[in-house]
Amino acid sequence: MPETQNSSSSIPGAASLPIVECGCTTQTWPRDETAEHAIESNRIHELGQKVIESAHLTGAYRSSTLRLYTHRLQSVGQLPGFERLRERARALKREVITHLDYYLDQFASSAEQHGAHVHWAADARDACSIIVEIARRAGAREVVKGKSMVSEEIELNHALDAAGMRAVETDLGEYILQLAGERPAHIVAPAMHKTRGDVADLFERYVDPRRAEEPEELTAIARRAMRAAFAQAQVGISGANFAIAETGSIVVVENEGNIRFSTTAPPVHVALVGVEKLVPRFQDLAVFLRLLPRSGTGQKLTSYTSILTGPRRPGEDGPREMHVVLIDNGRLRALADEKMREALYCIRCGACLNACPVYRKIGGHAYGWVYSGPIGALITPEFVGLERARELPFASSLCGACREVCPVKINIPDLLLHLRAQVQETVPAAKPKGSPVRERTAMRFWAWTMTSPRRYAWIARLARWGQRIFARQGWICSFPAFPVSRWTERRDLPALATKSFREEWKHLNPKGGYS
Amino acid sequence: MSLSGYSNRAMRVALFVTCLADQFYPAVGIAAVKVLRDLGVEVSFDPAQTCCGQPAFNTGYRDEARAVAGKVLDLFSASGAPEYVVSPSGSCTSMMRVFYPELFERDPIRHSRAQALARRVFEFSEFLVKVLEVEDVGASFAHRIAYHDSCHLLRELGVSEEPRRLLRAVRGAELVELEDHRLCCGFGGTFSVKFPEVSVAMGEDKLKAAAAAGAECLVANDSGCLMHLAGLIHRQGLTLKTMHIAEVLAARA
Repeated sequence: MPETQNSSSSIPGAASLPIVECGCTTQTWPRDETAEHAIESNRIHELGQKVIESAHLTGAYRSSTLRLYTHRLQSVGQLPGFERLRERARALKREVITHLDYYLDQFASSAEQHGAHVHWAADARDACSIIVEIARRAGAREVVKGKSMVSEEIELNHALDAAGMRAVETDLGEYILQLAGERPAHIVAPAMHKTRGDVADLFERYVDPRRAEEPEELTAIARRAMRAAFAQAQVGISGANFAIAETGSIVVVENEGNIRFSTTAPPVHVALVGVEKLVPRFQDLAVFLRLLPRSGTGQKLTSYTSILTGPRRPGEDGPREMHVVLIDNGRLRALADEKMREALYCIRCGACLNACPVYRKIGGHAYGWVYSGPIGALITPEFVGLERARELPFASSLCGACREVCPVKINIPDLLLHLRAQVQETVPAAKPKGSPVRERTAMRFWAWTMTSPRRYAWIARLARWGQRIFARQGWICSFPAFPVSRWTERRDLPALATKSFREEWKHLNPKGGYS
Repeated sequence: MSLSGYSNRAMRVALFVTCLADQFYPAVGIAAVKVLRDLGVEVSFDPAQTCCGQPAFNTGYRDEARAVAGKVLDLFSASGAPEYVVSPSGSCTSMMRVFYPELFERDPIRHSRAQALARRVFEFSEFLVKVLEVEDVGASFAHRIAYHDSCHLLRELGVSEEPRRLLRAVRGAELVELEDHRLCCGFGGTFSVKFPEVSVAMGEDKLKAAAAAGAECLVANDSGCLMHLAGLIHRQGLTLKTMHIAEVLAARA
């Protein structure tokens, strides 16, 4: 393989980036890991609109989500008793979440019995410093990472970078995003918005100047870069799909084999686990391993399922040290809310994203943080605080397609409604664009109108009289004030009927027929 | 037409016309009354009704929603109120059947009223098929029509077959299925003005599906969806028509 050209000169901040030795190739990392991503969830309107305006992005999201959605439908249809499995999974998750203290204790002592070190992290900063310290003691300059949403949540790459260590994402999608300097756009398929051409551009620019177009060639390029990293890394970091309380095991499912590599080749393995990932018993995997791949990608099983219990024993392969970092980072806030704790049942299959018509339009990045789609709209406000994500619960038409596909039957629309009420009670937004008054003031006026049929009829008459200024041939095509102004931005509004139904009713012969 | 084999006491129904139909689409209410009366049902309309409270509920203003919903709940719970409440809206019916009990869970009197109302309130097409057990209402409408499943009707009430059966029985009408017919049209109540760009992008997909299916008329059971889609059709100058199912079932052309 020839030397990679240094093509990073046009990338902001790239001049100061260290060069990573990747075996046979000298690789420059374009992404400035020192820059933390901001939480931009309240910018969902403008971020979403940009995606809608891009035919390239909407096309990519549409085809990817439809493919996963269709695969799920087919595979679910082939499994008799799928509904019972969902019920069972929900019951198990409810059990574990409502008795989380008990199961966490059980998990920690089982894991320690098997020789793993268990760490407790209250928040992102805690978790990062624990992991940096483990890596430092292992003498790591380079760590390999399996795909982990929690590591995105805590900006682990940034923390490692600040400590002088380089993290290499080994999931193909995450690797692509690391090159692009982006967050995951989807829970399961993080680079779903990238087309083959996008990936070819990134690889040509940052990894191998020989232009490759075919998926096999592109995969081979990533594979060469990663192999070198696997061989060198002193620490491998993974997330967890499940953590089994009974046995203290970490379970990871994947299709690329990179997680198994990351968790077994380096001498030290760190598993970063959200506290809600627990399942009670080993046998419960029989339920979840049938649900998760089917719901996520439509597979019966993923290509690799790894069950990791403690470090290597004498005569075995594997890491000599295993660490489990259990992290709260806002999860206990959700747990404290009797209604919202249902959101912690989530097993991160991504099915609700694929089913969601809003996600299909605006994609993952518009949600402004790590988790997107309907489940992102629920857990982001819990994890980062309601004020910083107050717009997310409203980013839903409440159509319920998410609930229909959720493998643990989370009543997502109902929880969104609950969060909306919390937003209005605690952190209401400022005046809507084009509105002379705050939304609550308008709602109070609306309620005042609607609680009296006389006021209602009177206001309707007033509106009928007033609309003459704006209505042309029965349609209002533009209007100066919120909320009608937002309506007429992109569609017309029918004018109020000349006579309301209540006026017409007087002429409807109550004995039947028409007058 | 009248219901044969039905008891001689006429079935009494209170119409909850919905604020949207009342103010924007009175023809929907008129059509619903006609269809029900033609089937021998005694329909009453109490002008004390206004709105079910959903706009406030869906936007997170629970106190305001309770104030408005309480009036509707009390109105239909009064002694002497007809046995059934029928509404030409899947969304407003869902509000009353599914969300009133939740909204009043801390008010014992109204909670029990809400639970009782939940058993008595029906969406129009659901009422025709499930309660009156009618599929052919004697309508004729010679057009190629596509039925749009409105989300609350489909997923909160589980009604999707009933309206299709009614429409299949309409003389001269050809019912076609839309691709992705379970996909939301993008109305979503206040979502339509909070996220107009997303709402409209979703609506455009629905219109494309209708065009692909060769439909002349898009039929739905909710004035909200229809207002959104009709507004989009008008802005874009398309020829597709929209109609409420009650209007199709009242058609005798």
